[in-house]
Amino acid sequence: MPINILMPALSPTMTEGKLAKWLIKEGDSVASGDVMAEIETDKATMEVEAVDEGTIGKILVPEGTDAVPVNQVIAVLLEEGEDASAIDSAPAAPAAAPPSAAEPEASAAPTPSAAPAPKPAGPTPAPAKTDGARIFASPLAKRMAAQAGIDLAALNGSGPHGRIVKRDIEAAVAGGVSAAAPAAAPATAAAAPAMARPAGPSAKALADMLGMAHEQEPLTKMRETIAARLSESKQTVPHFYLTVDCRIDELLKVRKELNAKSDAYKVSVNDFVIRAAALALKKVPAANASWDEGGILTYRHADISVAVATPTGLITPIIKQAEGKGLAEISLEMKDLAARAREGKLMPDEYQGGTFSVSNLGMFGIKEFSAIINPPQGCILAVGAGEQRPVVQDGALAIATVMSCTLSVDHRVVDGAVGAEFLAAFKPLIEDPMTMLL
Amino acid sequence: MADTDFDLIVVGGGPGGYVAAIRAAQIGGKIALVEREHLGGICLNWGCIPTKALLRTSEIYHYMQHPEEYGLTAKEVGFELDKVVKRSRKVAGRLNSGVKHLLKKNKVTVFDGHGQLDGKAGDKRKIHVLKDGKAVADLTAKHVILATGARARQLPGLESDGKQVWTYKEAMVPESFPKSLLVIGSGAIGIEFASFYRTLGAEVTVVEVLPRVLPVEDEEVSAMAQKAFEKQGMKILTGATVKGLKKANGAVTATIEAGGKSSELTVEKVISAVGIVGNVEDLGLEGTAIQVEKTHVVADEWMQTGEPNVYAIGDLTGAPWLAHKASHEGVICVERIAGLNDVHPLKTTRIPGCTYCHPQVASIGLTEAKAKEAGREVKVGRFPFLGNGKAIALGEMEGMIKTVFDAKSGELLGAHMIGAEVTELIQGYAVAMQLETTETDLMHTVFPHPTLSEMMHEAVLDAYGRAIHF
Repeated sequence: MPINILMPALSPTMTEGKLAKWLIKEGDSVASGDVMAEIETDKATMEVEAVDEGTIGKILVPEGTDAVPVNQVIAVLLEEGEDASAIDSAPAAPAAAPPSAAEPEASAAPTPSAAPAPKPAGPTPAPAKTDGARIFASPLAKRMAAQAGIDLAALNGSGPHGRIVKRDIEAAVAGGVSAAAPAAAPATAAAAPAMARPAGPSAKALADMLGMAHEQEPLTKMRETIAARLSESKQTVPHFYLTVDCRIDELLKVRKELNAKSDAYKVSVNDFVIRAAALALKKVPAANASWDEGGILTYRHADISVAVATPTGLITPIIKQAEGKGLAEISLEMKDLAARAREGKLMPDEYQGGTFSVSNLGMFGIKEFSAIINPPQGCILAVGAGEQRPVVQDGALAIATVMSCTLSVDHRVVDGAVGAEFLAAFKPLIEDPMTMLL
Repeated sequence: MADTDFDLIVVGGGPGGYVAAIRAAQIGGKIALVEREHLGGICLNWGCIPTKALLRTSEIYHYMQHPEEYGLTAKEVGFELDKVVKRSRKVAGRLNSGVKHLLKKNKVTVFDGHGQLDGKAGDKRKIHVLKDGKAVADLTAKHVILATGARARQLPGLESDGKQVWTYKEAMVPESFPKSLLVIGSGAIGIEFASFYRTLGAEVTVVEVLPRVLPVEDEEVSAMAQKAFEKQGMKILTGATVKGLKKANGAVTATIEAGGKSSELTVEKVISAVGIVGNVEDLGLEGTAIQVEKTHVVADEWMQTGEPNVYAIGDLTGAPWLAHKASHEGVICVERIAGLNDVHPLKTTRIPGCTYCHPQVASIGLTEAKAKEAGREVKVGRFPFLGNGKAIALGEMEGMIKTVFDAKSGELLGAHMIGAEVTELIQGYAVAMQLETTETDLMHTVFPHPTLSEMMHEAVLDAYGRAIHF
């Protein structure tokens, strides 16, 4: 019997993904382990391998399709001796399943009668005002409204007999008429944080209006995720910031000596920071914590997420249980993770689930900065450049290499004193790195 | 004593002025129209209409040159110039009296004379009307619309003399058929005359200062047009300027500069079609707040000039110099004055333009280049006459229809056509643009078979890689 190839879940949290590319075509024979397709999730591109062997009978989801729900049939594999006609007899139910957005409705849970039914992706039916009357709008206005997330029912048309036309949408965009997201969202979505739209005109509308020369690139999944998560963080997490200056002359010296000892590793300043942060978290576990409605989570291990810039955006691979890892181990692991991050080849479990983040812009000469917390983590450490600065030492001016570190803290989880305690543990480790070798 | 107080006075009886007057009368009110020469203006008397009559002659003549293509025989095909011209004048005359009748029917009072602003009387504007330099009337009205149009631009050294160097006006009523002709300027006016005279057998040279003919059209259309004209035997010099004209008995020698080289061309007649200038003289603008820029009156999107309750419409204001633009501005202006609902400024990107040369050219909206210049990401569709059944049946396989869509919204940004009858087709896209259709609606629209209009459908489909017949 033909075998359905399903959209795989590449991580426990994945609900949908983009079928980026088919590497096989109908009629190709595949063996177990052959790479068949590339799936793009919000963070990475993954390869899908064949589990069974056979001939590809039919590709059901064309490449480039966005938001393919997990477990949707994406292709059908024919076993030896079967031909394409067998496909019809294959159980077709999953293939016909509606997009995941509509699935909650299928469960018999009663939905409030006023809630609009979730709409499947695809052509939107003519919108209706609350009284059910037809809204007259030009086709262009309808499409522009859909693209801008504007509810036509909220607008007054300026065209003949109140018809909504292009200029009304442009005015709405420029005037910041609120997006009508709830109209199309399932009933449960109210609690979900929506991507808030700025009140003013969109950058695009403004640029068009003012004739500002520009290019626009479509959003990648990664960029959308960054935008959604960081907006959510900055808007819902009460941040506060603590800064310390760390003298790193000694650290630089130790680093030089360590690196001179072997060609097998090349420890960076950031590797010291990762290790020091992990040790400090071990010492102050209250800072290794997350907010949760049900109670504060304190983690047993210090899984340090390290921000890595990639051509498509920011990603945070994790040094897991960093408190138990030596500098050389951290360094080698970081090197591998960063390289694969830049190629978009991280496995989801390599970037999901850290407990504390480190973001270092020192290599760009940034003196100090405040990072946005990577939810649901409680803290992020922003590391600046080590630079020579005048310091007062024994009552006299001296020159020292100083690195400013700023801890962004979720005040729901970590109070000022705990944050300070963490930095008080972190700073001596950095300033006297021999202690972190212990 | 004749009634001299009105609600609105329109100065100029061309397609802008008389339409504004009729619309104003429909809305209600006492309306006066002052016209110094002939109702219907240049358009009706010396422009659009009589040239179309001439071009109809050359079109039929063209078909009669190739009767065998249609299985016909016709021998000794010829033309009598005076009768050709007479027909053209008759057509204009018939419409001229039609306008007179329409104004009368709508109870618009027409004053024969030259109107000019003459200060104010209370909150009313005064208009002084002159005929042959003598005052014939003094009128007052709350609102005044200036619609005095434009005339041919005269370049120094290339001035028309009405005999050897013509403007459109003389070119329309030739006494004898010129064996050779130089047309300066390849805009709509220049090209239409070039096409008319070439089809009837004159040696025609067109000189255009810009790098291509019909410079406002889409580049692809310009290129196709030039190729078609050259195939008909027209000589076309682009990026060229006429430096001077030397007149001798029965001949004019032009010095033409192109690509840094100078050459001479001797022709029987010259047509100067190098643009137009606004008729701003003797309008009483001096001492008012009405501004004139480059011979045109400055007015805002509601046709309001710098002077309250004084408006300006049509060619007197700005490009495009088109009768239908003037008419539409007149209507908008009047409805705005009357305070009607649902009145909006005219969008120049929704004004179609037509050139009745052979092959015809018609366009609306942005060219592909202009759309890209405006930062739009575009989808472009094309469909050739070669792929259309009706075009082949007509024996008109030369031409193309091109569409330009906004890639993001599917808005039709522009359409560009060259070929038989495209001047009658462009309106389909104008309606589509006014109703703000997207490509989807155009794709869903049923176009009758077999018609040339099917190409409009295909050109839309092609922009999205879905053309069926090519």
